[in-house]
Amino acid sequence: MNSLIRNTARCLQSGAAVYMPRQADGRVWTASARFLCAAADFQKALGDMVQKDKVVVFMKGTPAQPMCGFSNAVVQILRMHGVDDYASYNVLEDSELREGVKKFSNWPTIPQVYFSGEFVGGCDILLQMHQNGDLVDELKKLGISSALLEAEKESK
Amino acid sequence: MLPAVLRCVRPISSSLALSRPLAHFRPHMDPDPNRPVERSIRTKLTDQLKPDHLEVHNESHMHAVPPGSESHFRVLVVSSLFEGLPLIKRHRLVNEALKEELSSCVHALAIQAKTPEQWGSNPSVAKSPPCMGGSKGDHTVEEKLKAGRSESWTHEAVELNCDEER
Repeated sequence: MNSLIRNTARCLQSGAAVYMPRQADGRVWTASARFLCAAADFQKALGDMVQKDKVVVFMKGTPAQPMCGFSNAVVQILRMHGVDDYASYNVLEDSELREGVKKFSNWPTIPQVYFSGEFVGGCDILLQMHQNGDLVDELKKLGISSALLEAEKESK
Repeated sequence: MLPAVLRCVRPISSSLALSRPLAHFRPHMDPDPNRPVERSIRTKLTDQLKPDHLEVHNESHMHAVPPGSESHFRVLVVSSLFEGLPLIKRHRLVNEALKEELSSCVHALAIQAKTPEQWGSNPSVAKSPPCMGGSKGDHTVEEKLKAGRSESWTHEAVELNCDEER
């Protein structure tokens, strides 16, 4: 039941339309979360989730407590660039999210990074973007000035 | 002729500890018959991406999985097929080539995809960050590893977890 409420709440929060079947007397028909938040709805919900914030990270654990070395690397890279205000979703808390995001992105691994609704890649790609300077440019397109750029300006 | 059966079994030999502060040019790494997943990865990447240089590293020993596992890999692919392609497309090509492995035994795959020119100017292999024990306490890891150790190849989606993982 908790999972039902949680999944429905998540769908509603994300703005996805969720069909709530009602019985003749108006009571909500209690069904499995899968019925209320069907796979297609969940994919739509994910679409809304990645659009809602400029930077979105699907990871294992949280930015405060990553549970995976590669997820931690993503958090650290973003932190180096001064990006601390981003949406993060912990796939370890929700197996439906974990599988759903892999399907949504057509990407088999976690972590996954989105910039303005567009899939950027995982840890490897973010690291290479950080190393070759592309990350600074991509953040600039989002209207985010990298802390490293600021630090470079100050040193001159 | 060996049947083309991918076995996710515990290899007889112990894991080879790999620490590579510097890369060295080894166009071909001899496949280990006791490492079927590694062999399959090498074969598929060779066939589909025609690499000038290929390295396949089993990094399972760096993670919270039993010794001898073939669950975590790092691959370096140098191929002219990557020319003109952004990183994400290059990685998708690698993912596509290893789709079967990624939906079964392999749940962590770190990728470096370079053009021959990029490799020539920077012949180095990245190092994976230390595991933060994401698999510990997750019963699905052990279950899937056990499921992977079957005699025959199954296409059942295996959900394992650790690092750059599924």
